[in-house]
Amino acid sequence: MSSIRVNGEPKSLDVATVDDLLRAEAVDPTARFVAVAVNGVVIPRGRWDSERVKDGDDIEIVRPAPGG
Amino acid sequence: MYNPLEDALTIADKTFTSRLLIGSAQYPNNQVMLDSIGASGAQIVTVAIRRVDLAGGGETVLDLLEGDYHILPNTAGCFTAKDAVLTAELAREALETNWIKLEVIGDRETLYPDAEHLLNAAAEMVRRGFIVLPYCTDDPITCRKLADLGCAAVMPLGSPIGSGMGILNPYNIEIIRAENAIPVIIDAGIGTASDAALAMELGCDGVLLASAVSRAHDPVRMATAMRHAVEGGRHAYRAGRIPRKRHAQASSPQKGVIGT
Repeated sequence: MSSIRVNGEPKSLDVATVDDLLRAEAVDPTARFVAVAVNGVVIPRGRWDSERVKDGDDIEIVRPAPGG
Repeated sequence: MYNPLEDALTIADKTFTSRLLIGSAQYPNNQVMLDSIGASGAQIVTVAIRRVDLAGGGETVLDLLEGDYHILPNTAGCFTAKDAVLTAELAREALETNWIKLEVIGDRETLYPDAEHLLNAAAEMVRRGFIVLPYCTDDPITCRKLADLGCAAVMPLGSPIGSGMGILNPYNIEIIRAENAIPVIIDAGIGTASDAALAMELGCDGVLLASAVSRAHDPVRMATAMRHAVEGGRHAYRAGRIPRKRHAQASSPQKGVIGT
């Protein structure tokens, strides 16, 4: 289990990679317009299945929304 | 006959025939948004970058707009240069664009730009290869610094975001226009069509608005009004207005009046 923060929420999840995390959080990793940052660094989509999730990681999962 | 291509707006390496930029938020529903943006004639549409709703999926605003518009992501809501730069990087990854509307605000009450963080963020984003369009105060010095940093445009506010108070300091806007070679786009404060027309009459290259249309009683009609206002104001600016005078100057001939 990893103790991490996902979009500001503390979580304990049994996930190995960013791809696992997205699936665990019900975010389709093949969905377009999704972006992920780990500890303030954007992880390109092509590395989601290899980027390891580590204890203490602060992860942001975003997508576009209506804006001004 | 008016040819919009002859008077196109060029920002960085892209050319646009519309000088109106429009937001995608706060519409009553998606159909009104699409109809309004269509009626506005805008080619550039702004979107925000937000945390996904972990409770559910659904289509994004991009699924509705993609292909028809040049999408301009913003960093709205960021209080620091650090958050703004990360938001820009996330936007670049999510949307595959290096264009960014840079916003760094100082507080939630005024939504005024924080000049210090704004300049730091602009410098870092330019360094990272972004096309930076900063929302800024109507301060000629800040605008000049943003231009010197390599921003693709400056976007001074007319008045606070969503206030609808129009252009409170038209003299500053004229100075900013005169001092900068890059496009000057009025961003924020537009309340109605005459505000947008004034922005263009002052020599601005474009107008970016959101609430004035999305929160209008009839957004589609207001979008139409804004389209005409921006075009009308642009024509008036290029035509050259007559000078203001204290006394009248008759427009009908003075000779041949009966009874003289």
